[in-house]
Amino acid sequence: MKKYDVVTTISYPKKGAMGKTGNWRVFRPILNKAKCVKCLRCWIFCPEATVIRNKDDTVDIDYDYCKGCGICANECKVKAITMEREAKIK
Amino acid sequence: MTVMIDTGNYIAAKAATMARPDVVAAYPITPQTTLVEGIAKYLKSGEFKGEYICVESEHSAMSACIGASATGVRAFTGTSSHGLLLMHEMLHWSALARLPIVMCNINRVIGPGWNIWADENDSISQRDTGWIQFYCSSNQEIFDTIIQAFKLGENERVSLPVMISYNAFILSHTSMPVYIPEQKEIDDFLPKYKPKWKLDVNNPITFGNIVLPVEYEKIRKDMQYSQENAKKLITKIAKDWKKKFGRYHGDLIEKYKCDEADYILLSMGAIGAESKVAINNLRKNGFKVGLARLRTFRPFPSEEILKISEQVDLIVIDRDISVGFEGAVFSEVKASLYGKSDAKVYGFIAGLGGKDVTYIDIETICKKVIDGKAKDCEWYGLEGV
Repeated sequence: MKKYDVVTTISYPKKGAMGKTGNWRVFRPILNKAKCVKCLRCWIFCPEATVIRNKDDTVDIDYDYCKGCGICANECKVKAITMEREAKIK
Repeated sequence: MTVMIDTGNYIAAKAATMARPDVVAAYPITPQTTLVEGIAKYLKSGEFKGEYICVESEHSAMSACIGASATGVRAFTGTSSHGLLLMHEMLHWSALARLPIVMCNINRVIGPGWNIWADENDSISQRDTGWIQFYCSSNQEIFDTIIQAFKLGENERVSLPVMISYNAFILSHTSMPVYIPEQKEIDDFLPKYKPKWKLDVNNPITFGNIVLPVEYEKIRKDMQYSQENAKKLITKIAKDWKKKFGRYHGDLIEKYKCDEADYILLSMGAIGAESKVAINNLRKNGFKVGLARLRTFRPFPSEEILKISEQVDLIVIDRDISVGFEGAVFSEVKASLYGKSDAKVYGFIAGLGGKDVTYIDIETICKKVIDGKAKDCEWYGLEGV
């Protein structure tokens, strides 16, 4: 990738260019895999692409970058995702 | 080389076309209208080969120029008064993005009082945007400065947008003969733009993202450094232009009959041209007055002014007012001298609202100072107050 020699606000695309944004999170989505029906709605709706789609269409959540917005939990039709306060998890 | 007799705006349209911009985005406003009409005429004739974007406002005009320039192409626009003010946000943006857009601003009064005549408060109030600012005093200077402005702004040690201001009607709608070089000569002087950065689908980047305080400060410092670089480059480009085309309008300032002067008059724009007539008359009558016409307001020619202030007192005419204080040029001249010179500086506010400032007025101002009757700062010729 070509880098420019100029003092202005340019950022180059890479994973985590803005740091580990997962530490902004107040509520953490917890996935109950037993309830999941592989509909992939959470994967479609996640605005940060932090729901990872596996080969068998099961999903995992990338907590390094998930900001805890809760859209996945809201969209899940079988309520397999619940939002839990970070402070309580520890 | 040919001679073209035309108005300041049509001459600016010719210069802008000969600089071969890839994009012109503009919205008409009196007294700038004939400038963009001129470019539209060259679009129809095929002389202008770029993209002409008709936008819905001046804010959009500057936004479109920013978008174009960010993809690494040459962009030009023109505006005036309220149009310039509507652009204000995007003026800051284009400078901070380091995009060398060139724009003509035809100095016009700000309303209310609705008024279309000459007054420099529009561009003076864009002082802190980071734009380089030129003020022209003839149609020839408008032509030459537009070509020079692209060369200056696009230089990798500058990378800043450039505004070329000239007074409404006095220049914008007045015909004068102007020497126009051949297109090839312009092309040799102003090669194709090589951007310092650009938006490119083959090399994706994000522009305008979040920047923390430590890094932001560096952006401002770099702009300041580039304006300092511009001082040297303006001088060099003016000299190169003289060598190639034989015409010279000064560097950051234009000195006129400053030798053995007791007083030096400082003025800008059309008053700068009128001042030469006044200086000739004053000299003829034995008054030792010279002229230093400011060509740039940003970068401000502080070193040049300090240098000419040795053994003379200075008279400043402002066609603007920083309400609540004094004339903007007057303030900056004094700041340039502070602690380094004991020259006295006299300030005059004149010609607001487009009121004529003739050579007789300028002579009267100078004589008032010579006779010891001038106050530190006063309004010249204010009626009925």
